[in-house]
Amino acid sequence: MNAIEVHDLVKRFGTKTVVDHVSMTVARGEISGFLGPNGSGKTTTIRVMCGLLTPDEGEGTVLGYDIRTQSPSIKREVGYMTQRFSFYEDLSIEENLTFVARLYELDPVAGIVRDTLEDLGLSSRRNQLAGTLSGGWKQRLALAACIMHKPKLLLLDEPTAGVDPKARREFWDEIHHRASDGLTVLVSTHYMDEAERCHRIHYISYGKLLASGTVADVVSDAGLTTMVLTGGDITAAARKLAKADGVDQVAPFGLKLHIVGRDREKLEAAVKAVAAETGSEWHQDQTSLEDVFIQFMGQSTDNMA
Amino acid sequence: MSGLFSLRRLMAVIIKEAIQMRRDRITFAMMLGVPLVQLLLFGYAINLDPKGLPAALVTTSQDHYTRAMVSAMENTGYYRFDHVVSSASEAERLLQAGTVSFVVTIPSDFARRVQRGDHPQILIEADATDPAVASGAISTLGTVAAEALLREQGAEAQAAQQSAGALKVIVHRLYNPEGVTQYNIVPGLLGVILQLTMVMMTSMALTRESERGTMENLLAMPVSPMEIMLGKVLPYLAVGAVQVIVVLSAARFLFSVPFIGSLGLLLTSILIFVLALVLLGYTFSTLARTQMQAMQLTFFFFLPSLMLSGFMFPFQGMPQWAQWLGEIFPLTHFLRVVRSVMLKGADLQGIAGEMGALILFVLLFSGLALLRFRRTLD
Repeated sequence: MNAIEVHDLVKRFGTKTVVDHVSMTVARGEISGFLGPNGSGKTTTIRVMCGLLTPDEGEGTVLGYDIRTQSPSIKREVGYMTQRFSFYEDLSIEENLTFVARLYELDPVAGIVRDTLEDLGLSSRRNQLAGTLSGGWKQRLALAACIMHKPKLLLLDEPTAGVDPKARREFWDEIHHRASDGLTVLVSTHYMDEAERCHRIHYISYGKLLASGTVADVVSDAGLTTMVLTGGDITAAARKLAKADGVDQVAPFGLKLHIVGRDREKLEAAVKAVAAETGSEWHQDQTSLEDVFIQFMGQSTDNMA
Repeated sequence: MSGLFSLRRLMAVIIKEAIQMRRDRITFAMMLGVPLVQLLLFGYAINLDPKGLPAALVTTSQDHYTRAMVSAMENTGYYRFDHVVSSASEAERLLQAGTVSFVVTIPSDFARRVQRGDHPQILIEADATDPAVASGAISTLGTVAAEALLREQGAEAQAAQQSAGALKVIVHRLYNPEGVTQYNIVPGLLGVILQLTMVMMTSMALTRESERGTMENLLAMPVSPMEIMLGKVLPYLAVGAVQVIVVLSAARFLFSVPFIGSLGLLLTSILIFVLALVLLGYTFSTLARTQMQAMQLTFFFFLPSLMLSGFMFPFQGMPQWAQWLGEIFPLTHFLRVVRSVMLKGADLQGIAGEMGALILFVLLFSGLALLRFRRTLD
């Protein structure tokens, strides 16, 4: 049985449809990435999954519990880390964890809190007020609080926003370590490198799920061709290519130019022609996940317009 | 793993609230300081039976009847004749300017009319913009004036007048014979102070969670609405208890308010009243989206209940509709209870109706609060 199985979820706020017939599955023990631009409905979907919001349409199960009727059971076995820091800033790290441990009726409270502090390297700051912690420490506290009760599923909503690269790396190592023990994780993110650390990814835009699968699947399903242009007058080449037929994206990367298009032949023709004019070299390269996402974002804004 | 209610989870919320309350030093100081300041300020300042009010005397004659009248009025303690003038227009100016509260006019033919038994008259003009100022002074006047005249006329005339059936007004002021305002104000203040702090503090309870974003987290954890409600409300009962001790001690030692009834009965009624208040505040906090809104709701409720409960103005003196309106405030019922128990020594039977009303408020508000509580973020 899958950890998450939802079908045709719809959530509206007023006349705005924030989640639009989203279906997705997350297998047990899997780390799933949830991607999409700001305001695409990631947070709302996660809130529906953990019972904080009731869907207007659709149904589903989380850990085998119905999301409409069994949210108390879901809450007990799911760890949810909110996007915004949502622990008590006027309580110390230890007091926050003790509060959470008591709410989950963990036994013995003091022992479990001490182990968790130890486990996540929070012991040295146990008496510091949460409000005075830096972003990385706040994130570590939030993670500690949502894994303390040994949940079977972790829902993490942009956990690494505003966290430095080192803390991010440590955070992901921690996540992978937990997943190898059988924990299922659904994590929303904006970072490509984080997406690539997931077993599978789901891309959502304007409430619609556009792609699901492994990173390789999503890239190949997108059916994009990427060309790289080097040397010559690449500034002029970029200007010309942006207007050329068959070119969807033109993006400079240092001294290189990435050109992406859906139609391989048209793209090659355009690149060839421009390269000849500007005296540049060109070759085909692997399409990256980022290329795919930028393509998605361009398409969905088109749909909205 | 229990479902609806767990004592451990309740304790978790209570302890958390208590720590937060302690960390918020200013609010904590306010909760204890405000009652004390209010009590001292209002207890000493408010006087609904003011004495020694400035008065002007308009008279042209200096006969002994006039002098007897004036001294009799001064002896009541209500009048202080600062100004003696000879013209009515001058007196009117003093009254208009607010320099005096009364103008007493004794006509020049006053003595002659008294001697002839020809209905002597005295004119009292009172500045009635504040009715409370004038009422005491005027109410005593009839008796005082008549007695003074009789004394001056001698025993013979006295007998003659009494046989003629002259009316003497007898005033009995029960429970507070000296008319000491504090006896009325201080027990009332107990209710008012509790109402202000309890409702205001608890009305912030939930809105603070949603404003700081902690509500989302709280809702995602296995804690029930009942546990959240009780956990947030009970710590304030403890604060209320401290306030009660402060006010009752002050009533006893600073204002020497008599305490005739049973302390146990009073404390029981206070407990029910405070419970109703914190639940009301909690209901507000399920309605308001921000702490500012919660504050406004509190004051929207606070002012009318202050005015219509009988704390500021006599309840029976209000029109019928206003009295009905007044009945919907817990403060109204609590004031009756606290005054009955402290000043009149009422027993449980005597205040059963009012206690019932308070219990009804408790049930009503807790039902409303639980109904209004949003289990989801919808």
